[in-house]
Amino acid sequence: MKDAATRDAYGETLLDIGNNTDIVVLDSGVSDSTRTKKFGQKFPERFFNMGIAEADMICTAAGLATTGKIPFATSFACFLLGRTMDQVLVSVAYSNTNVKLVGTHCGLAVGEDGPSAQMIVDIAYTRAIPNMIVIQPADWEETVQATKALVEHEGPAYFRLGRPKVKAIFDSSYEFEIGKGRVVKKGRDLVIFATGIMVQESLLAMEELSKENINVTLVNMATLKPIDDEIIIEQTLSHGALITAEDHNIIGGLGDAVGQVLLENQISVPFGRIAVKDQFAETGTGPQLFDKYGLSSNHIVQAVKNTINNKR
Amino acid sequence: MTNAQNDIAELEKTALGLRRLALKIIFQAGSGHPGGSLSATDLMAALFFGGILRYDSSQPKDPKRDRFLLSKGHASGIYYSVLAKAGFISEADLDDYRKINSGRFLSGHGHPKTPGIEIASGSLGQGLSVAHGIALGSRLSGFDSKVYVILGDGEIQEGQIWEAAMSASKFKTNNLIAIIDFNKVAQDNITKDLKDIEPIGAKWESFGWDVHRIDGHNMAEIIGILRKPVHPEKPRVIIADTIKGKGVSFMEGQTAWHGVAPSKEDYEKALKELE
Repeated sequence: MKDAATRDAYGETLLDIGNNTDIVVLDSGVSDSTRTKKFGQKFPERFFNMGIAEADMICTAAGLATTGKIPFATSFACFLLGRTMDQVLVSVAYSNTNVKLVGTHCGLAVGEDGPSAQMIVDIAYTRAIPNMIVIQPADWEETVQATKALVEHEGPAYFRLGRPKVKAIFDSSYEFEIGKGRVVKKGRDLVIFATGIMVQESLLAMEELSKENINVTLVNMATLKPIDDEIIIEQTLSHGALITAEDHNIIGGLGDAVGQVLLENQISVPFGRIAVKDQFAETGTGPQLFDKYGLSSNHIVQAVKNTINNKR
Repeated sequence: MTNAQNDIAELEKTALGLRRLALKIIFQAGSGHPGGSLSATDLMAALFFGGILRYDSSQPKDPKRDRFLLSKGHASGIYYSVLAKAGFISEADLDDYRKINSGRFLSGHGHPKTPGIEIASGSLGQGLSVAHGIALGSRLSGFDSKVYVILGDGEIQEGQIWEAAMSASKFKTNNLIAIIDFNKVAQDNITKDLKDIEPIGAKWESFGWDVHRIDGHNMAEIIGILRKPVHPEKPRVIIADTIKGKGVSFMEGQTAWHGVAPSKEDYEKALKELE
């Protein structure tokens, strides 16, 4: 357990598992920020800094994968995916190469660098790609386990990581599994499905809510594809009301994924959504942006109350 | 099956047969890209049947194999014809070219579901980076495999080609050999007027590559340069001057024959010229 950014946990895990000589790491000139730099220092022959050339990096990773290597192609989420739709589609997804796309600095949590650096469409985009799985860990422990799980998983994956420090949520007894949601805390009145940094934000909201005797369940949805239908259905039916929480645009993210499962299973209950409301944000600190754009714990508190009211 | 025809005349004969086969399957499919298939034919014949490319078509995934990538993936007509002649697929498989439920997945552009194909193509500009990744991976595994990739001349207008050119130079990836099928003609226009790529040799030299220029239809010249030992540290580019539609007089140098299949009449006319 450690209070740290998920990108830090990723960088440290790469060092730990780096003795596996199949693992290769690529970066596009931002390795100090993405935390791949230490891997490069320890395993220079298996680290490829491709310079500021994301398209080249993605396809080089695909080539490496065809030789049996397990490439982790890492950059800021905005550029890793924003500049490379074609490369990801053809050389990674359609070719079904074993490339791990690791995008750090996701969402509004990035802060002051502004909307051109705040990736809020990546879940929508990667979920829509055949052969691709999508994972966003919530804390240190989960990032460590998920990084290792990605080494074992054969096939293209998108791994969504954050810039700011987040609180430790899970201890070493936690068991991450691709495709599985996990109950973080059990409650009664409503269920929150949250992903990434919003797990922490939801826990803050739940502390406030408990003061008013409102007890909710929190489910961590680290895997965004394949989505865990079972836990969504089971938890929604047992609570009768839900909200989803994500640092991502409201279109195409966790909320849509959960909504789709409910719709397909004829489950209609009060449903609130915490997400960026289809707009570009602005500069400001992460917490300021979370507050102004509706992602912070106070917004979750309000959404929970409103949704529970709709239940009655 | 491995192939090593050292006799130039024999290779030329093989290339002629491949031209006929490529035109046949494009004609049968009713769509495809004859011009760029015919310009690349001699280069591919030399690689696969001139004892250059190290492969065993019964072991298409042998980790120590040399690799071939067709980055200008639209020339699939010649690619599949070569793969059939080399034994990766059968000639009967070619009847499915560009058809639904194709048993060997003979799509308009190649995909690794087809034995002998390393990576999907169809979007220009990606193959050099992929080939570079393969070259790095092979080197890391301690194999002496070489990676050959054929690029189109129009294709090198894509910016990613130059990203990859810088990368291979940085990593001194000398087991990477790019061959530019410089047929001077792209889909819209002659390449020079679309956006001139000259001075092409100087460009690659300034990017740190070992640059050679040959006549891409002179089999002896092609074999000569492909047999040359790799540069001690630079990646190699072979600029092969070719003719789009080479071998069929009415297709040669014509943008019109970039992406259309011949009619029955044109196909029969073409075959007569390829005897």
